[in-house]
Amino acid sequence: MVLSYREALNQAMCEEMRRDSRIFLIGEEVGHYQGAFKVSKGFVEEFGPQRVVDTPITEAGFTGLAIGAAMAGLHPIVELMTMNFGILALDQIVNNAAKIHYMSGGQLSVPIVIRGPGSAAHQLGAQHSQSLEAWFCHVPGLKVIAPATPHDAKGLLKSAIRDNNPVIFLEAQLLYGTKGDVGDGEYTIPIGVAEVKRAGHDATIVAYSKMLLLALEAADHLSREGIEVEVIDPRTLKPLDLHTIVASVKKTGRLVIVEEGWRFCGLGAQIAESVYAAAFDYLDAPIQRVTGEDVPMPYSRPLEDAAIPDKARVIEAVKSLCGTQ
Amino acid sequence: MPTMDRVDLLHLYRQMLLIRRFEEKSAEMYALAKIAGFLHLYIGEEAIAVGAIAALRPDDYAISAYRDHGHCLARGSDPGHVMAELFGKATGLCQGKGGSMHLVDAPRRFMGGYAIVGGHIPLATGLAFATKYQQLDLVTVCFFGEGAIPSGQAHEALNLAALWKLPVIFVCENNRYGMGTSSERAIALYADVAGTARSYGIMAERVDGMDVLAVRDVMRKVVEQARAGQGPFFIEAMTYRFMGHSMSDPAHGHYRTKAEVEEHRKRDPLLLLKQTILSNNLGAETDFVQLEREVGDVVTAAVKFADDSPFPTPSALYTDVMREE
Ligand SMILES: Cc1ncc(C[n+]2csc(CCOP(=O)(O)OP(=O)(O)O)c2C)c(N)n1
Ligand SMILES: [Mg+2]
Repeated sequence: MVLSYREALNQAMCEEMRRDSRIFLIGEEVGHYQGAFKVSKGFVEEFGPQRVVDTPITEAGFTGLAIGAAMAGLHPIVELMTMNFGILALDQIVNNAAKIHYMSGGQLSVPIVIRGPGSAAHQLGAQHSQSLEAWFCHVPGLKVIAPATPHDAKGLLKSAIRDNNPVIFLEAQLLYGTKGDVGDGEYTIPIGVAEVKRAGHDATIVAYSKMLLLALEAADHLSREGIEVEVIDPRTLKPLDLHTIVASVKKTGRLVIVEEGWRFCGLGAQIAESVYAAAFDYLDAPIQRVTGEDVPMPYSRPLEDAAIPDKARVIEAVKSLCGTQ
Repeated sequence: MPTMDRVDLLHLYRQMLLIRRFEEKSAEMYALAKIAGFLHLYIGEEAIAVGAIAALRPDDYAISAYRDHGHCLARGSDPGHVMAELFGKATGLCQGKGGSMHLVDAPRRFMGGYAIVGGHIPLATGLAFATKYQQLDLVTVCFFGEGAIPSGQAHEALNLAALWKLPVIFVCENNRYGMGTSSERAIALYADVAGTARSYGIMAERVDGMDVLAVRDVMRKVVEQARAGQGPFFIEAMTYRFMGHSMSDPAHGHYRTKAEVEEHRKRDPLLLLKQTILSNNLGAETDFVQLEREVGDVVTAAVKFADDSPFPTPSALYTDVMREE
């Protein structure tokens, strides 16, 4: 069955909510408005306002409320209208959700999913275009997932909902309309398992979320020039499936990491450090990073384009490693 | 006032005395460096925790800020396990991972002490949201200092609790200071802190927080109403902390005078209840001597238990970061 990314998320939540009455969806505009990006289409009609809870514009308040509800045995899904607004809920996420299990010596747990779109869309300006995954990945006690395809989005969201830990689930506005086969029937995808999205032997690209699509386009292009790139999507950013990445690097000897977020202290820096530690002797060249620029996102179209990784830069990075430039 | 019962009043006195002697001993242990970090004493405010918790059922939820020894002990936690937590021992309530500010006793529905001012108030609304969702007739009591009142998280939580008519009782422990800042210098509505809640349509009352019977009476009334679905409620309990803000702050000094502290000590909650018991011929001096002896033994045993207990093994560092199953 071919579904959009948006529909895949809808189906994942719907299947899980039918299965388990402890699960409820809470956030701004999730009910009557059907979700700011229509991810919860049809939900309030099927599950009622008790389980599809429209909130006032109070991210700290309703995220904290959901964490408290999780402590009492419910399994909330918090929809942040966009991840940018999650900054207002960071105290709740970092100081409460991530730490309560540890601080209580394992007595309490917080089974919660906090999901919503991150990263840039089209010219939304500096406050609505951020890729904040590195912030969340930095915090012990959180799992972080950033799927790129409808198939992965559905299977991983179902796993996130069943997990007994706080999970940050990062979507992307520009992915909502993308389509892909999700097969028929129910399935889950385990958290913490990467997938080789394209096999190759000349170089490895690690890319996730929207950047995976870019990496696959670049790989197509490079293939026409005779360079066969292996593309790996970690899918889960924390815990990271380093094993799959390292196995590929040992084969190709070259690694490019693509991320939309800011370069300084970005996720790619951590992945590179881990790969250096695990496979330094296998590398034929220094690891290359293609990242967002270290600037607030500008509005103007050409400036925005310049701030975000594009296909040409990924191609250039691979070629520089392969010595064909 | 309902008829007074000797056993009942002596029990309340014993609970307050336990908190008082436990904390005096904690201060001694701090001086001996058996306890480190932050230690915030509740001395002077015991009537609030004891009176409020006396109005609860064992399965109701309670949650508080970092000045939490009193609430935890009033909830019935074992003094030995609480002291062991302050000592950072493996036998502590949270296996030494929480410390003074983060006591949790899940079986007693004490859902924790939290050290980010205002940050646990949304959690309390979430506990109440959960019990309503689960159609249980439980209430949640949330203790916090008046210093949390101007915080955004408190306002967001008050609004959500009122909006969704949640069975939560907010108990503001108004001891007139947040560290060294008097409420006149921090809260626009300092003369009527309860008015903050009223502005959200929450029924709010002020009570003499030095009078354990008055606290229990008002709590019994609102707990019953909240249980019947008429919540939320807000109680402003007027009190005074006799000691410094934490161990690094003397009882009086730059921000308040010795005379002011002495004045408030005249209304020591233990003294007030003792006078009530004596003047109503419900007890004699010998009863208090007996209680002192009993409580003294409990505290001595708690210290011995904590002292004799082992520190956590190094491997405990990595457990409870994530919930495994
Ligand atoms: C968000 C936040 N800011 C600052 C602090 C530092 N701090 C700890 S306690 C405190 C005063 C709080 O006063 P109040 O809420 O009245 O509680 P009390 O100590 O009087 O019981 C402050 C400023 C903190 N813990 N959290
Ligand atoms: Mg105070």
